[in-house]
This record gives sequence, structure tokens and C-alpha cells, in this order.
Amino acid sequence: MFTNFPFFPEQASAQAAQVDGIYFFMLAGTAFFSLLIASLVAISAIKYRRRHKDEIGADIHGSLALELLWTVIPFFISMVMFAWGAKVFFDIYRPPAGAMEVYVVGKQWMWKAQHMDGMREINELHVPVGRPVKLTMGSEDVLHSFYIPSFRVKADVIPGRYNVLWFTATKPGKYHLFCAEYCGTKHSGMIGWIYAMEPSEFQAWLGGGNTNVTPAAAGEKLFQDFVCSSCHRDDAQARGPQLKGLFGKNVELQGGGTAVADESYIRESIVQPQAKIVNGFLPIMPTFQGLVTEEQLLQLIAYVRSLGEAVPPAATPQAPGKD
Amino acid sequence: METLNYLNSEHGLASWLLTKDHKRIALLYLASITFFFFLGGLFAFMIRVELLTPAGDVMTADTYNKMFTMHGVVMVFFFLIPSIPAVLGNFLIPIMIGAKDLAFPRINLLSWYIYVLGGLFTLTAALSGGVDTGWTFYTPYSTAAANSHVITAALGVFITGFSSILTGLNFIVTVHRMRAPGLTWFRLPLFVWAHYATSLIMILGTPVIAITVLLVAAERMLHLGIFDPALGGDPVLFQHLFWFYSHPAVYIMILPAMGVISEIVQAFSRKNIFGYSFIAFSSLAIAIIGFLVWGHHIFVAGQSVYAGMIFSFLSFVVAIPSAIKVFNWTATIYKGSVRLDSPMLYAFGFLGLFTIGGLTGLFLASMGLDIHVHDTYFVVAHFHYIMVGGAIMGYLGGLHYWWPKITGRLYPEGWAKFAALMVFVGFNLTFFPQFVAGYLGMPRRYHAYPDEFQVLNVASTLGASVLSVGYVLPMIYFVWSIFRGQKSTADPWGARGLEWETPSPPPTENFFVTPIVTHGTHQYAPSKEVGIV
Repeated sequence: MFTNFPFFPEQASAQAAQVDGIYFFMLAGTAFFSLLIASLVAISAIKYRRRHKDEIGADIHGSLALELLWTVIPFFISMVMFAWGAKVFFDIYRPPAGAMEVYVVGKQWMWKAQHMDGMREINELHVPVGRPVKLTMGSEDVLHSFYIPSFRVKADVIPGRYNVLWFTATKPGKYHLFCAEYCGTKHSGMIGWIYAMEPSEFQAWLGGGNTNVTPAAAGEKLFQDFVCSSCHRDDAQARGPQLKGLFGKNVELQGGGTAVADESYIRESIVQPQAKIVNGFLPIMPTFQGLVTEEQLLQLIAYVRSLGEAVPPAATPQAPGKD
Repeated sequence: METLNYLNSEHGLASWLLTKDHKRIALLYLASITFFFFLGGLFAFMIRVELLTPAGDVMTADTYNKMFTMHGVVMVFFFLIPSIPAVLGNFLIPIMIGAKDLAFPRINLLSWYIYVLGGLFTLTAALSGGVDTGWTFYTPYSTAAANSHVITAALGVFITGFSSILTGLNFIVTVHRMRAPGLTWFRLPLFVWAHYATSLIMILGTPVIAITVLLVAAERMLHLGIFDPALGGDPVLFQHLFWFYSHPAVYIMILPAMGVISEIVQAFSRKNIFGYSFIAFSSLAIAIIGFLVWGHHIFVAGQSVYAGMIFSFLSFVVAIPSAIKVFNWTATIYKGSVRLDSPMLYAFGFLGLFTIGGLTGLFLASMGLDIHVHDTYFVVAHFHYIMVGGAIMGYLGGLHYWWPKITGRLYPEGWAKFAALMVFVGFNLTFFPQFVAGYLGMPRRYHAYPDEFQVLNVASTLGASVLSVGYVLPMIYFVWSIFRGQKSTADPWGARGLEWETPSPPPTENFFVTPIVTHGTHQYAPSKEVGIV
């Protein structure tokens, strides 16, 4: 019955060791302070036990030196924990350039994934080891959370916006995928498997797919079906902004301000076109809320992306050397 | 002929239901809170039974989801938040400051009726089919998807919030205006300081949760578009509003327990507290900083990393005043005259479990680590160490300590010690395995789970059985003691404090002569004014 019961999760991603590092540090701190308090209390309770009925304790009221000591030392230890945790979070938060991209949609109660070459999966995700994988995730209905314990990564999947999760698998194998945010009746059934594969096997797996329609191609078809092209044309008289080279660009908005044309911006421009109007255009676009699914939105974004991406804003040029 | 006291001065149902005596109102609260505690416990037991096996085989997924929701709603809003303030605080604060009653006796009675009304709404929700949103009512599930009695339950929480606000208001005014002659702020018992800090949170925080659950009800009924993105709302906004109250609410639960522990540790060490003003001010520090840490519940919800860093930093900072308290309690026992009577056993249990609960809270405050453990059983274990290991240990310790004062009777000490041991052992067996399951990756609120978590869950369920015995025993011997217990003297423990200077049980007006205070509480050593450290 109880044949397989681990007490510590596998370390199967580049992030896992980092997270476990803080964990062990904090575990040591917890063990030290808990045992310290427990033994001090136990020793006092035995050594100073009441020996006759009317005995009273010593007349001690405090010590400023001790108060400072047990304020300052825990404060410094906790600041180490804080800084370490923040650093690991920053590392895990920022996806590296050139990561393999996958679109993920959560809905009650399944996970759908779409690879950039068109391969689709449900409740499974195949990834190569040794290469950063970036998931852009949206939700069709309520909150979900994409959680791979063996990779020590998790991100909430939030309706109405995109959240990003990335990891680099390091060990081939089959790992749990859980929904970690309560999402209704079959929340505990919204689970699946992550398959980490050697890159060559992964390529072979990709090639074996039964569909070759890439998200961008599917998006292009949607673009035609919804006759988006009647306004979003290439010529100067077009009623909607040009989409060529738009992705990643800074867009000037009506009423001042700018916005980066990223996934969330394009999504919003489709479902709530009135939210941000590009400077020089009229608020005439109808909403597509309820007409396109989350998956189709991601395909449309992939299409816009395929029309050319702006070079990401260059790093601030180095100040001229003073030497 | 028995001497006249608050229990025998009047008779009949009306003398209880229309009473303005803070002591009788405390007992009304005790009865209703005990009811909700065992109701919430029943839901918990159902959860543990389901989780004995990996498959969801005892009840349907929907029923299970309702069980953990009702467990959370009942325990948080109808047991933990009112428990110590409304029962022990209500009974003791006027006595501890040498007053005849709270500042607003009628408002005090009103707050109990409001509590009962809120409770009736929640019971209605439970009996008519239940709620399945989780006690957190997260949107848009609660406003758009859930197909259960969300509005009724939300209104129950909304209504009972006013009872909290009124109690907090009453305590603050009472402590400011009704202290006995000579009872300066720095002579106040630390129990009173803790309740003062708690009351601040109650009146500043509770309106926010009230508005938030009202908005949930409004969006559900009127499709207003506040939290649901399909209506143009923002689901994460709900999380900010919810935790703006609900994180400080944790301090509403734990601060009064800390106040109880301060009293017990002094009484059973026959020694005044080490570092009085550090304990007093750390309560205020917790109350204030506690309002600024809510964002640590939202690290993985796409919150700005810089906002996350500030919340993480402040969450580490808020741990320091708690650490200061633990060190000071430990130092108080040093060179005391220590007796391990049952209240002290609960205090020791509190010290150990709260320390572990507090330190594991730092795991969650650490952003990098929180990514992994957020929304797993690690979190469940952590907050039960605080709320059960901390708050309930404090509540039970306080009930045992002041029981002779409240009823005028002694309970059987041997049974009380045995129950305290059962609670401690059962608690650890229930919740320690959940830390391990959480780090392994078992998500919370799972009706069914993969096989490899079963050993830990069986241990947990076993522990819950032991724990429930530890909770039922005091029920039995407390009730027994009312009828058969030995009569208590005014000061059965040889403790110090105004509450021990008046008879047990106290007269309706608390003191025959208004006391004049010349020194701090728990002054065991002869003479000498207590210096402020």
C-alpha cells in the first residue's frame, strides 16, 4: 500500500536548487531558535520549580542590553533571509531572452498548451531539458495556478491578463503538474504531467504531431475570418493602426502616455478596444469580448508577432568613460 | 446562604438575554462561540476523513469543497476572531482595570446579538446547501462561477464584522476612560495592552472586509463589474482588499492570545514580566506594521516585483516584535517560582508552537521560497500552527486560568493536564506532516491527491482524532465542575492582579470598593514600585 512515499521533492530544474538553498537555511534557523526557546523554557521550568507553597520568583524587571540583543540579531538574520529570497525571486521572475515559448490556457478543469510550431497538448506539457522554457498563460474563466513542484515554480493564471512562468528543466523525467489556486468542483482533477526530454527526443516528439498549423498561421486565418484586415491595413488611410513591426514597440496613446505593445496590450486592444486608443485614431473598433476564446487570442497575438517585432529597446548606452 | 455574585443575583432567561453585565455577556459569547467551535471542528473532521485515502471516495468533490469552506468561514469569523476578546476580554478587562463594567454596556449586548445574527446567516448558508468558494471568497469564482450560497455567507461575514467593530470600540473607550485611580497606562496588565492593540485593528480593518464582501455580493447580484474581468473588473483587486483586512485579522486572533500568555507566564512563575514596555509596545508595533504586509499573499499573482519586495521586507520586520515577546516570556520564567499547572502547560505549548508557526511564516515571507510553497499544505500547516497552536492554545490556557474566577469552581487538575497533553501531541501529529506534504508539493484544497502523499495524510488524520479528544475533555470537566467542582477562593493560584482581589465569582459590580492601584500587576516581590524597563 505505502510503497512510494518520498519526504523531499525531486530537484529537476535549474531553479530547484536555488529555492532549496533558502529552504535549508531557513529550516536551520527555525530548528535553532525553536530548540533554543524550548530548552531554555524546559531548563528554567525544572531548575526553578516551586519548592514550597509561598515561594516567589526573583525581582527582575528587564535588561535593555538583552532587549537590544534579541531585537538586533533576529533583525539581521531576517534581513539575510529577505535579501536571499528577493534575489532568487528576481532570478525566477525574469525570463531569459531566447527561451522556447509555449502558450498555456487554463480553464475549468484542464490545461491546454500550444507550442509555437503548432503542436497542442492537454494536461501534458513536453519540454526539452537544458533549454529555458517560457510559458505565457491566460485563463478562460476563473483563477488557476500553474505549479510544478519538482521545478519549484508556480504562477497564478489570471483571467483578463497574461502571467509568465519560466524554467529550465535539468533532468529528464515525468513530473506532476498541479493547479494550485482553488477553481471549483474539480480543482483537484486539474492536474497533469510535465515530460522533460532530451533535446533530440523532444524534436522527434514535436515532429510526430498530427497538426502543423502554427499559432501564427491560425491567427492569420482568424484575422481574415473576423475581417480585421479591413481596418488594420498597411496603407496610410487605414482606419486602424498598422500591425507590421508593432509587437514590442512603444505606442503613443491618445491623451498622452505610452504603452508597450506586448501580449497583454494586444489582448486588451482586442477585447476592450476602448481602453487604450492609439494617438491619431478614432475609438471605432468594436469589442471582441466573448467572440474569441483565450486560445484564439493567443493565436492572434502570435500572428501580430509574426508580422515583425520591434527590436527591444536597447540598453541605456554606456556613459562616456571618464578615465 | 451563598454570597451574592453576578451568577446568582438574578435568575431566569430574560436576566441573561437582556443583561448589561459584561460578565454575563461574556458567558453568552462563551456558549455561542463554543457551539461554532465544535461546528467548525466537525467540518474539519470531515475533511480529515476524506483525506485518509488518495481517491475522493467519502464525499463528492462539491461536498468536500463546501466542507473546507465552511470550516474556514466558521473558524475564522465565528470562533477565532471573537474568541478571546469577546469571552475573556469582555469578562476581564473591566475587572482588570478596576471598573464596574465596559464603557457601553448596551452596545456590548448589541454586539452579541449582531454576532448571533451573522451566525444565523452563516448557518442558513450551511444548512441550505453550503458555500464552496473557500473562506477567502476569491473572485471571479465567487462572483461569477460558484453555484452555492455565496451571498448568504458573505452577508453573515458582513454582519458579524459589526460585532467586532463594536467590541473594539467598547474596549478602547473603556481602557481610556475607566481605569481605577492610580492605574496608569504602564501599570496595566499586559492582557489589557494586547486587547487595546487588537481593538485598534478591529475598528480600522473590519470595515474594509465588510465593504469587500458586500462588493462580492453586489457583483454577484447586480453584475456590477468590480472584480470579474468579463465585466471589466480586476480579480487581483479583490485579493488586495481581502488581505488588507485578513492579514491583520491574523493579529486579531493572535494578539489576545499573547496577552493571555503574558498573564499566565507571570502568574505561574510568581514573577513580574521581563521587559514590560517591550511586550506592551510590541503589541502596538504588530498592530501597525501588520496593516502593511498584505501583499505577501500575492507574490505569484503577477504583482509588481518591487511592490513584492516592500511587502516581503515588511513581513520580515513584523516578525521582530513577535520574537521580542517570545524572548521576554522565556526570560520571565528564568529564576521564577515555576509551577506546571494546566494553564502553564498551555502557555508552554503556545511558546513552542507559536515559535514554529512564526518562523515558518518567514518561509512564506521570503519571495523566492514562497513561489514553491504558496497555496500548498505548507501554508496550511503554518497558519494552523499560529491559529490552533497559538490562538487556541492561548484561549484554552486562559479559560483554565480564569475558570475559577468565572465560575467560582475548580476543575479536576489531573484531567486538565491530560487534556493539555492530548492537545499538544494531537496538534503536532496533525499539522507537522502537513509541512512535509506542502514542501513535497501537495496543493491545498484538494479533494483527491496522488498516492505518494498518503502516509502523511494518514498521520494527519490520526493526529486530528487525538486532538479532538483533547478538545472534548475540557467541555466535559468544565461542565462537571460547575455542578460538582470544589469551590474556589478569590485567588486559587496565588497570582496577583485586580481580578484576583475580588471574590470568585465576582459580584455584579465587580468590586465592593473601587480599588486604588499603587503598583503594576503581578507584583510578587514585596514593596518597591515597578520601574519601567
